[in-house]
Amino acid sequence: MATIKLKPYKTPELYLEGFNISPDVFVGKSPSEIASLEGREGKTRIELGDFFEVSGTTGATASDTNILIDGDCSRVKYIGNKMTDGSITVNGNADMYVGGWMKGGSIHVKGDVDSFCGIAMEGGDIQIDGNAQNYVGCAYRGDWRGMRGGTIHINGNAGNDIGTFMLGGTIIIEKNAFIHVSTHAEGGTVIIKGDVQGRVGGQMVKGDIYVFGNIQYMLPGFKEIGMIEHEIVGEKAMFKHFIGDLGERHPKSKGKEIFGNLYLRAS
Amino acid sequence: MAEFLIKNGFVIDPTQKINGDIADIAIKDDKIVEKAGPGAKIIDAKGKVVMAGGVDVHAHVAGPKVNIGRTMRPEDKLFKSPHAQENYRMEMGFSIPSTFKTGYDYARMGYAFVMEAAMPPLHSPHVHEEIHDTPIIDEGALPVFANNWFVMEYLKNGEIENSAAYCAWLLSATKGYGIKLVNPGGTAAWAWGLNCLTIHDPVPYYDITPAEIITGLIKTNEYLGLPHSVHIHQNSLGVPGNYAVTLESLKLAEGVKARNKFNRDQVMHSTHIQFHSYGGDSWGNFESKAKDVMDDVNSHKNITVDLGCVTLDETTTMTADGPFEHHLNHLNHLKWANTDVELETAAGVVPYVYDKDIKVCGIQWAIGLELALYAKDPSRTFITTDHPNAGPFTRYPRVIKWLMSKNAREETLNTFKHCSKVVDATDIQSIDSEMSLYNIAEMTRSGPAKALGLSHMYGGLGSGLDANVAVFDLNINDMPDDPQKIEDAFLRASWFIKSGQIVVKDGEITNHGNKRTVWVNAKVKENPQVTRDIHDKFLKNYTVGIDNYSVRDYLAPNPYVINVDVEA
Repeated sequence: MATIKLKPYKTPELYLEGFNISPDVFVGKSPSEIASLEGREGKTRIELGDFFEVSGTTGATASDTNILIDGDCSRVKYIGNKMTDGSITVNGNADMYVGGWMKGGSIHVKGDVDSFCGIAMEGGDIQIDGNAQNYVGCAYRGDWRGMRGGTIHINGNAGNDIGTFMLGGTIIIEKNAFIHVSTHAEGGTVIIKGDVQGRVGGQMVKGDIYVFGNIQYMLPGFKEIGMIEHEIVGEKAMFKHFIGDLGERHPKSKGKEIFGNLYLRAS
Repeated sequence: MAEFLIKNGFVIDPTQKINGDIADIAIKDDKIVEKAGPGAKIIDAKGKVVMAGGVDVHAHVAGPKVNIGRTMRPEDKLFKSPHAQENYRMEMGFSIPSTFKTGYDYARMGYAFVMEAAMPPLHSPHVHEEIHDTPIIDEGALPVFANNWFVMEYLKNGEIENSAAYCAWLLSATKGYGIKLVNPGGTAAWAWGLNCLTIHDPVPYYDITPAEIITGLIKTNEYLGLPHSVHIHQNSLGVPGNYAVTLESLKLAEGVKARNKFNRDQVMHSTHIQFHSYGGDSWGNFESKAKDVMDDVNSHKNITVDLGCVTLDETTTMTADGPFEHHLNHLNHLKWANTDVELETAAGVVPYVYDKDIKVCGIQWAIGLELALYAKDPSRTFITTDHPNAGPFTRYPRVIKWLMSKNAREETLNTFKHCSKVVDATDIQSIDSEMSLYNIAEMTRSGPAKALGLSHMYGGLGSGLDANVAVFDLNINDMPDDPQKIEDAFLRASWFIKSGQIVVKDGEITNHGNKRTVWVNAKVKENPQVTRDIHDKFLKNYTVGIDNYSVRDYLAPNPYVINVDVEA
């Protein structure tokens, strides 16, 4: 696999929209061609070379192309936007919309990410070593089609609105989350290894949520129907099984109503 | 201003029965003239088609409904809003474009006039503010009347003269263009959580039927002698089997003669007829009744229709037919906005995805095209998509492509998952006819201009008409084998001159034009009872005072007023 390296040498004054930082766009281009790719700083058109030193080579296809961003991207948005293959590694933090509308390939951020990580993602893998802010794997504002596939793995904490309008795929939060998990979801799985404050599964139609820690405030729309043993992400445990959100419409399959499932680890 | 000579194009102008003759079109200031002076700027249209500016008889392009759509659908703008460009304003959105994009896109397609199809009278100031913000194109707006308390009370008692005096007052108060009916009586019934699904269902409280409202408003319209006829969205829109209701409503125009000084022949314009030509009694056995409906339209010269073609896009439905939007929301479970407009109307907004792989959507697509292909008189059958209800107006060129090319229809049909089911439920595969550029000019130019009573301004290239001329990169003698090129040509005019100014060159906007708001001022003789009724209702029922109701002149700063003197 060929590696193309972007070394940040200047911090943008406004936030930089790096929607062209993707193996699909970089493939077959020379470092100087990549340096002249378009980006935006506010309403100003910029070139990636204005902020990054570009070196290395790209592969013959996107899948053979690894992008290494060797430095901090706390002010760079849309890394891996709509990517379908290949990989991106960020040796530092990244701003909003990491892996947004991603269809395949993998992204590894070694620091923290801001909000909208994996927004409306359809496939591929995102690994965040640090924390994520809000809207992990959610839908775009107003849209009813959230994350459909792939995996987002956050090693730290995450904020609010995780998996809003989720339709498929998996989100794993290793530590704690704030509020609003799988709101309006119609599929997919969210696994939170730590605690959640509340509003878990509001208006959920279908899908699964696993919480290993506590839910401080349970929503009234969920009903406990029993205990069940599950093995999930390599951990076997007993869970209290809740169904909901009972205030929402639920489709029928073979004459049986389908609900969202909330599994809360029995301590 | 300037003079132009558009030289050597293939001129297509149904108003003068010109079909592709090579001729020059001369422009002086803002009018088409017989001859240009020696200093005229020459525009070379050799090998290209020259038509009048387009006229859109029905689109939802301005006002509170459209804005609710924009507000509730930020996702409509996602990846469809290019970064700011020099000399242009930002363009945003797809099915509910920003006002600037609306003006630009119509101009790129060579359209000169667009009728906003449903203005809630109470919110007419908002409608006019948006119209003013939409560059280049001339616009008018049709206030809705068929669920209005005044109208229902007058018509219940058979008081046509009072109904006419009220309608004339409302047209002038709202700077409106004509009389629009949306789900007559049904929207009023919606305030009780009910609907009128046939034209004989009584409206609760008012005890009047949709048939009586329709007949009464046709009489009112012809009493006033307005430029346009009543413009009606029939009852029972979008319901399987509704073609029977449609045929019954069309019958109400039987024997009625148009009375006006604007060269209009029809007494009823039945809009987005695609949504009203459904057979079957459920979505399971849903089928096309386009032939039955068009047979009726073909045999009645006092009726015009527009198509409301489904374009197989993700779009935003919006209508004053409140109960229909509620019904639609229960079908697709997406977002739903609903509003009541006191004493006057209601409205709803729901996003909708016309998925080519859903059988019903495929059949709807076929019905829209069948209606046009069955039309014996294209100059009474206009191309629309009921923008944005069946698809955005930027798909008109695609509709033209489908109408002009059987191959293009086949190509689309063959991508459907339920192709054979769509073929079984419609006649689309057995129709071989292809429409000509002349037919397209009838359906998008001369026809709608005449139906709106605007043939003295738009729709043709005769001298004395407004200087709205579009040049499209199509050779009438050597039409492209690839039908996609027809769509591309109509999407981006080579040249578009609007009111004597070049506003588009090679598909790009070059000028913000000088748009006008066209409205109708019908002068009736003093009617003390109606004046008293209006003042009473503002005191008792409206939440606004009468002084705050009317559209102030500054909101329509470039008016073109059509005066109608009503002879009682």
